[in-house]
Amino acid sequence: MSALRTPAGGRVDRSRPIRFHFDGVAYEGLAGDTLASALLANGVHLVGRSFKYHRPRGILSAGAEEPNALVTVRRDEARVTPNLRATQVELYEGLVAESQNRWPSLAFDVGRVSDFLSPLFPSGFYYKTFKWPRSAWHALYEPLIRRAAGLGRAPALADPDRYAQRFAHCDVLVVGAGPAGLAAALAAAESGARVILCDEQAEPGGSLLDGGEARIDGAAPADWAAAAIARLSADPRVRVLARTTAFGYFPHNLVGLAERLSDHLADVAPGALRERLWQVRAREVVLATGAIEQPLVFAGNDRPGVMLAGAARIYLNRYGVRAGTRAVVVTTHDAGLRAARDLESAGVEIAAVADLRRGATVGGTRGNLRVSAITVDGRSVACDLVLMCGGFAPAVHLFSQSRGRLTWSDTARAFVPSATAERARSAGACRGTTGLAAALAEGAAAGSAAAREAGHGGASLRFSVAGDEEPARAGPAVAQPLPGGKAFVDFQNDVTARDLALAAREGFRSIEHVKRYTTVGMATDQGKTSNLAALGLVASTLGKPVPDVGHTTFRMPYTPVTFGSLAGFARGELFDPVRRTPMHEAAVALGAVFEDVGQWKRARYFPRPGEDMHAAVARECRAVRGACGLFDASTLGKIAVAGPDAAEFLNRLYVNDFRNLADGRCRYGILLREDGFVYDDGVIARLARDRFHVTTTTGGAARVLAMMEDYRQTEWPELAVWLTSVTEQWAVIAVQGPKAREVLAPLAAGVDLSHAALPHMAVAEGSVAGVPALVLRVSFTGELGYEVNVPASRGREAWDAIAEAGCAQGLTPYGTETMHVLRAEKGYIIVGQDTDGTATPDDAGLAWAIGKNKRDFVGKRSIERASMKDPARRQLVGLRTRDPGTVLEEGAQLVGSPGQAAPMKVIGHVTSSYASAALGHSIALAMLSGGRSRIGGTVYATMPGGDIPVTVTSPVFYDPEGKRLHG
Amino acid sequence: MLLIACPYCGERPEVEFAYGGEAHLVRPADPAALSDEDWAAYLYFRRNPRGLHAERWRHVRGCGRFFNAIRDTTNDRFGATYAVGEDPP
Repeated sequence: MSALRTPAGGRVDRSRPIRFHFDGVAYEGLAGDTLASALLANGVHLVGRSFKYHRPRGILSAGAEEPNALVTVRRDEARVTPNLRATQVELYEGLVAESQNRWPSLAFDVGRVSDFLSPLFPSGFYYKTFKWPRSAWHALYEPLIRRAAGLGRAPALADPDRYAQRFAHCDVLVVGAGPAGLAAALAAAESGARVILCDEQAEPGGSLLDGGEARIDGAAPADWAAAAIARLSADPRVRVLARTTAFGYFPHNLVGLAERLSDHLADVAPGALRERLWQVRAREVVLATGAIEQPLVFAGNDRPGVMLAGAARIYLNRYGVRAGTRAVVVTTHDAGLRAARDLESAGVEIAAVADLRRGATVGGTRGNLRVSAITVDGRSVACDLVLMCGGFAPAVHLFSQSRGRLTWSDTARAFVPSATAERARSAGACRGTTGLAAALAEGAAAGSAAAREAGHGGASLRFSVAGDEEPARAGPAVAQPLPGGKAFVDFQNDVTARDLALAAREGFRSIEHVKRYTTVGMATDQGKTSNLAALGLVASTLGKPVPDVGHTTFRMPYTPVTFGSLAGFARGELFDPVRRTPMHEAAVALGAVFEDVGQWKRARYFPRPGEDMHAAVARECRAVRGACGLFDASTLGKIAVAGPDAAEFLNRLYVNDFRNLADGRCRYGILLREDGFVYDDGVIARLARDRFHVTTTTGGAARVLAMMEDYRQTEWPELAVWLTSVTEQWAVIAVQGPKAREVLAPLAAGVDLSHAALPHMAVAEGSVAGVPALVLRVSFTGELGYEVNVPASRGREAWDAIAEAGCAQGLTPYGTETMHVLRAEKGYIIVGQDTDGTATPDDAGLAWAIGKNKRDFVGKRSIERASMKDPARRQLVGLRTRDPGTVLEEGAQLVGSPGQAAPMKVIGHVTSSYASAALGHSIALAMLSGGRSRIGGTVYATMPGGDIPVTVTSPVFYDPEGKRLHG
Repeated sequence: MLLIACPYCGERPEVEFAYGGEAHLVRPADPAALSDEDWAAYLYFRRNPRGLHAERWRHVRGCGRFFNAIRDTTNDRFGATYAVGEDPP
């Protein structure tokens, strides 16, 4: 065993050696080690290179606050996790870890050159440097900055692991299982509350695991903790979650927990969950998150071997590891002295103690890849370990995330919680309290009060504590950095005391601005070991008291959370629901190419062997115009509107007049928003006096129903009308084309398809191919057409029957692309493509649909405004290119004269553009300023190859008289 | 994620609800009688207060009903929730 490992003590299992690799070198640790403690036991301090200057860095801390020891853990090619804190990586047999941000090796890193050039990289270097020449940004600066930025590398393969998510409710959530948290959980459980206790470490207990002479109810702290955990775990109303970080505090006491389930295991069963994300809604929250020891700011405080005194004490007492052999202690807090005492008893030579509160001074450190000496009181002292302690910052992260107010405490020399915004309370070190007895008492009181607030009896728990340490006395928050050398404030983002002073000199006053300018506290550790020092330095440079400078905002997550955990099962096929029509498989069998329309899969075209989309669409278009086509229109939104006031209701909503619509007839309805712009359109069929079948656009179904419900419930509650979404209850089979009647008539029963009985825009109920059907004589193609609505469960059956019956007439399945071409040939708009939320009915050429004698409808008052009648508004027109083969680009801008220099005066834009097989030339629809008055004139479509002259036409290209509709 | 008390279903998480903007805006009985300015005020101008705000919510992924709620915009705390058509408490 390593000479640095103590012969006994700690929480590691000396009978279970664990082999692992770091940067390709084999080492041995013990079960219970973290990667950091195992490396220290092997004498390894150098574990990484810093972000900006590539300075050699060692292990600073023993916990979640670690800024330096970021490593990549590699299980296999896909399971590569960068930026893990070595202080939190549990050792397992065969673990493979790598250092980051170095090339070619950790000991010899070319990037270090930036350290020697550092005078060139002051605060705001980017803002000051990358300003000119402008052309260099894309070509040079951005690629360079991107290459230099970031730490670690994301894995190249998809994440093969599984992640779960769970919602939970409890009376009392306790965050942190140190003395205060355990006492709180015990008291709340004793009171009868449902409790969740979470702790980020593998073994709950917090500082109770760090040794010490104290006894709680006669037991050693770690034993007391183990007994408390056992008691809580046995209580069916308590859930204890270890390896679980409370990373975010969201409104109304919702707390996000990330539970790590298998990263600590050597052998992970296939399919085992890696992490579980908990969303806990707690009636009451007890925060017992502890405090974070703060480094001191002096030159060379970042050398490997310089670490937090408390961390060295934890490595000794919890892991049985001496972090060095000859140590110098630099401290402004009693905790530093205690650590020195513990290390000395364990055989570490204490070469010097610099208590800065008593006038000791500290100069720079020396050493290349490991500290070899430090200047204390002007004298160089050889050492291989420097222990620093600048006091403790309460971990108020979650409290502050919950929008609780912080206040400066002169006793704690830190910000501590004051007014809470949520039903929460803090206990123990996270509110600046020191001492074991005080933490236990505060925890018990908080747990009891929380349970009482949650409606349970408040049990009163007392603990007897013997041998508690004297309350520690804190010194000044920050050591004054001496001139010369780099004194680091933020280790992870490489921000020095000098950078902060420069920012202050350059006029930055707000701490939030200083943060953004220097990037202090903006690394992945969010300044856990730097914010307090930065604040002290800025305050002293500005000559203000610290509380007047204030603090920066704490944001979630407390420590990084994997994307996998946040995504949970919502990935791959489960990322978003996929909606398929009842006839989907029929389209698959026909070789359809699908497109996504919202969540729907829609058949876009049905290519035959050797056909590309263009050829398939041309063939499908010819089939519909020449014979007939079969189209799956099931995705259309459908709303059943029923009730004695159904007609009045639709009349108030839609621009059309529905009072005079006869039973068995349909009308093309246009729905506006109250601001007068087209919101949706669709055919509305009156099935009976009190029953309407309303169709909407595919994408508009949900929002149209929501709008209808809004008016029904809140504006016109007096109307007796009911709305039901029936989109998924009906399968819709459109049969369109001159031979449509021939195809359908033999299949129809109880419904007369003749023109006299069922003219254009009529509806009848009957059956088709033995399936009950609602048959609408409607057309989105300009041809004779029917839309056969059948119950969704029998959609496939009806589709197959119609397809078979139509073989002789050349019935051809067609997709959405053909549907688009056919409707554009007729100048039928698609809401959302040809309109964009700024088109009135008149702009879209639909003024004819507005009921002439209607006093009011939604949007009417708005379209009466003078500006809505401006003849210069963009109006729907058709466009024709001189070259029939040129298809304009949808979205192309229109200008009045060619060859303009930018910025051009734009007078319109192309909304739809296709090659038309029926017409033998390309067609386009456009919204054009004063468009209808320009018909016959020429405008220019701006395209990458130059302006294309186009003739403005009517938007109706095909069968303008509409004869075919009435065939 | 807010916890919202639907008057019909009880406390439910925010994801079940849709926000409906300021409450107690009544659509004018005769919009044609309004000047452009008055119509614009109805359409677009909202109180947007700092503090208590009467607003509409719909329990869209629950009972589907609209209701009104008083929320403090500074801290997202809800006071009362009440039915459409009722006066604010």
